[in-house]
Formats: sequence, C-alpha cells, structure tokens
Amino acid sequence: MEIVLAAAIGVLTASGVWLILRPRTFQVIVGLTLLSYAVNLFIFSTGGLRIGAEPVLRAKTGSLEAYADPLPQALVLTAIVISFATTALLLVVVLVARGLTGGDHVDGREGKP
Amino acid sequence: MEAGLALAASFATLIVALLLAGAADQAGGQGLVLTYRLGDWPTNVAIVLVADRLSALMVLLAAILGLLNTASSLSRWARLGPYYTALSQFLMMGLNGAFLTGDLFNLFVFFEILLAASYGLLLHGSGDRRVAPGLHYIVINLAASLLFLVGVSLIFGVTGTLNMAALAEMVGQVPPPTRSLLHVGASILAVAFLVKAAAWPLGFWLPRAYDAAVPPASAMFAIMTKVGIYALLRLSLLVFGGEAGESAGLGREWLFFAGVATLAVGVVGMLAARDMRRIAGYSLLVSVGTLLGAISFGDTALLAGALFYMFVSTLGAAAFYQLSGLIGPEGGDAFEDPPTLEAYDPEDDGLLTEDDERAVAIPAPIGILSAGFLICTLIIAGIPPLPGFMAKFAMLGPLLQEPEGPMSGAAALLAALLVGSSLLALIAMARAGIQIWWADPGRIPPTIRLGEAAPLGALLFGLLVLTFAIEGPYSFIQRAAMQALAPSQYSSAVVEGEAGP
Repeated sequence: MEIVLAAAIGVLTASGVWLILRPRTFQVIVGLTLLSYAVNLFIFSTGGLRIGAEPVLRAKTGSLEAYADPLPQALVLTAIVISFATTALLLVVVLVARGLTGGDHVDGREGKP
Repeated sequence: MEAGLALAASFATLIVALLLAGAADQAGGQGLVLTYRLGDWPTNVAIVLVADRLSALMVLLAAILGLLNTASSLSRWARLGPYYTALSQFLMMGLNGAFLTGDLFNLFVFFEILLAASYGLLLHGSGDRRVAPGLHYIVINLAASLLFLVGVSLIFGVTGTLNMAALAEMVGQVPPPTRSLLHVGASILAVAFLVKAAAWPLGFWLPRAYDAAVPPASAMFAIMTKVGIYALLRLSLLVFGGEAGESAGLGREWLFFAGVATLAVGVVGMLAARDMRRIAGYSLLVSVGTLLGAISFGDTALLAGALFYMFVSTLGAAAFYQLSGLIGPEGGDAFEDPPTLEAYDPEDDGLLTEDDERAVAIPAPIGILSAGFLICTLIIAGIPPLPGFMAKFAMLGPLLQEPEGPMSGAAALLAALLVGSSLLALIAMARAGIQIWWADPGRIPPTIRLGEAAPLGALLFGLLVLTFAIEGPYSFIQRAAMQALAPSQYSSAVVEGEAGP
C-alpha cells in the first residue's frame, strides 16, 4: 500500500515538474494540476495509511486507535478547494494572455525571451 | 460611495492596528501576548489568533500602506478597471490574518487569500505589459504554495500539531529518527517563504512583476515580501529558538547566505536598472537581503535595528513607487485603454474617461516632485539625517560589536555590505534623478493630482517627523525584538489559553 502511494506521488510530481518547465501555457497548467494532486495525496498520507479504519466515530466505546485521523482529511479538503480555485483563476489569465498576444507561449512571444 | 467606504475601512484598520499595538504593549517591559481562539473551541483544537508586539508592528505597517494605497488610487488608478478597492481590502485581510495567526495551516490559507487578491491587483488595468509578468507571478506563487503544503504536512506528520506554540514546546522532544524528517519539512517550508520573500536565487520574478502593476498596487506589494520574512522570523525564533534542543538555530547559515546574496544582487540590479520602478523593485531586494542577513544572528539589538529598518525601508520603497506614478510616463506607463477591458467590466461608468479626471493641479510640480524624490533617495539609500540612516546605524552598532553569528566573520561581512549598499544605492538613485530632472530640460512637467499627491506627501512628512520623534517608536520596536527572542511567553500564553479580549 505504502509503496503504491509513494510511487503514485513520485510519478505525479515528476510529470508535473517536467510539464511546468515546458514553454506552452496549457502544459504549465496541466503540470500545476498534477503537482497539486501529488501534494494532496502527500497530505493525505501524513495521517498514516490504514485499511478498514472507520472515518467517523460511531460508538463512544473503544480506543481512538481504530479510527482514521480526521485532520489530514480536513487539510486536504482545504488544499483541494484552494488549488482548484487558483487554477481556475490562472486559466482565465491564460485566456486573456492568449487573446492579447495571439499565442500560448508563457513569455507572450515565441523564441528566446 | 465605494470610495468613501474604502477610505473609512482603511482608516478604521489603521486605528485598530494602533489600538492593537497599544494593547500588546500595555504590560510594561514583559509585554502581553493576546490570544483569540476562533469559535471559542478548547485550546488544544482551536485555531488561535495571536498578537504580540511583532505581529502588532507588522499589522500597523500593513495598515499604513493600505491607507496610502486606497487614498492615492481613488482619483485615477482605481477607475482603470473594476473592483480595485475591493481587491485591496481583500489583500489587507490576507496580510492581517497572516501576521496574526498562530497556526501553520491557517497561515497557508491567509497566504492564499492575499496572493489571490494580489493576482487581481497585479493584472488591474490589464494590457500586454501586465498579462505576461502576471502569468509568471501566478505560476511561481502557485508552485511555492505547493511547497508550502508539503512542508506543513511533513511537520504535521512528525509532530501531530500545526499550532506554532504547541510545535515550539514539542520540537525539543522529537526522537532522533524522525527529527531529520522534521528538519526536511521545516526547510521545505522555508524555501516556500524565501520564494515569497524573493530571496536570491528564488526572487527573479519580483522586479518585473512589481514593475507591471499600477503604482499604488506596487506600493502595496512592498509589504508582501515582508510577509515571507515575518513567517521565517516567527518560525525560526519560536520553533527553532533556544529551547528546541538539537534543532536550535536550524538553517541560520542558509538564511545568512541567502541574505548576503540577495543584498548583493539587489544592489547590482539597482545600478543596472534604467527606470524608477525597476530601481524600487531592486531596492526591495536590498531590503529583503539586509533583513535576512540580520535576523540570522538572533541578537536582540540587531533584531531591533532590523525591524526598524524593515518598517522604514518598506515605507520608503512604497513612497518611491507612488512617486513613479506621479512622475508619469517616465515610469513606462502610458494611460492605455486596452480593448479587452470592457468585456470584464460590469458597469459602463467604471472606466476612466478623459473628461471626468478630477485633476486638481498643484503649482510648481517639479519642485514638489523632486523634493519627494530627494526624501525617498535619502531613506532608501540610508543617508543621514532621515530614519533610513538611523535604521542602518541601529544595525551597524551591534554588528561591529561582533555578535555570535552563524559563522565567524559574518558580522563584518554584513556590516561591510550594509555600508557598501548605501553608497551604491545612492549612486543608482542619483543617476536616475539626473536623468529625470536634469537631462531633459525641454520636458513638459507632469500635472500632479491633489488626490494622489496628498497621501504620498503625508507619508513623507510622517517619515520626516519620525526623524525627530524616534525615541518612542524605537523603544517599542526594541521591546518587540526582546519579546520575539523570548518565545516561551508566546507559547505558554497560547497553550494555556489565557483569556484574551
């Protein structure tokens, strides 16, 4: 389980970093999205990976050991919302840039800056 | 209506910031750490807002800049597009929250609020020259935010808490195998803050991005690098201070190196820059470098000087940005009306038209502008008798007494760079002044609008008054530095959850 999650985070991060360094705005956006997926998975994993642990307290008996840590879930939810919103904002800016410059190069023009 | 509301809100923020500084300072030398638990949850689960003198000082600085920005933008710049004043207030909310929060994840949320507002302000007015730098700015900050999240979650995974005060009490007891993981988390977090603070080599985005924004917004952005500095200062003093056991003083040398390099790059950039706004941008890098170098020592007197320098140099750079807006097209900003703007404007009357410019022209524009330029130069370069010099002097004194630094010879190196950067900044700004005022005698003097010039004049006058009334503010800053370097009071106030107002 751990090795699968770690590999997923690693692959997502590697692809994201590679895409961020590309010259097209679309690639940069997809790269940022992949990176934020990787980070979200990473935050989720800090609570410890457990199979079959209950997410919500049902009975008041029993120890807390049997339950999943709720805090990373709350954190990851916030992180998802924020990165989604900022990516949407970035998309709008990219559209404006495309309208103004007529191209999708990150520097606004082709070739060397 | 909108203008009156924005002015009233900014003014109220300034008054509240002054009251907060007074409240944090009321208990004499020791000072008071005010806490407020959001939603009144019990201390161990609540998200707390904490105000000590350092936070109050930062909030006060933000409030001054916020009022300056709002007041000077209303007559012209705010009407270049919609929602300028609303975005400014959002930026203020993010800034105040970031300075006051006592929780790492909450700090992330406030960072995102202030960054989202700054994206809007940077792109305000749209046009070719804003959109490309704005795109870079947004991408860089998004990537840095992701680093921020990785750092925060590593720290959470090791310690199980995000409350900075609880973290401070826990760091000393972290067992060795996971301690290195904690260090990795803190270092990644520090990299994220260094990106926001525009330290070398992570700060190449700053001069170009700030150059693109409208002048009042650039002036407001002058404090945004200081948010990164504040976060670094808070974490390194609170969490990795003297009580952190093996982790004490984590990364001090790196902060020092980053500071010295930023200072050097900033000064070279100032010399190379061709116009006022680039000079102002690089002067922000100089100030960031000086601050990083100074806080890496962890010395009380030096920290007090650094905090005062931060206060003065931020206001000086902001004033210089404002001035570049007054001097006009010299700064590269012709009043273009980009065609794309109308598509995003819900009201037709929001846009600027020629006939409704409320231009109350002031006589002798050249005299007034060049006097402002002179004051800004003296403050940014740190030449006597203005407060810029006093701040540098307050740092040089402790540096020459050889405080215990991150390594030997560090104090002498920083002192030399401080003095050298003053000289080079003076050369750069004198050259810019010659080009603006003397090199082109046929140039038509710009019209100054009263609404834009009055707030700037008030700020410069305030800085002049500060020269004579320096004792009160400086002793407050000294007490702030003392309190920041004694973090046990902060953590006990938060962890025990003493009732605050």
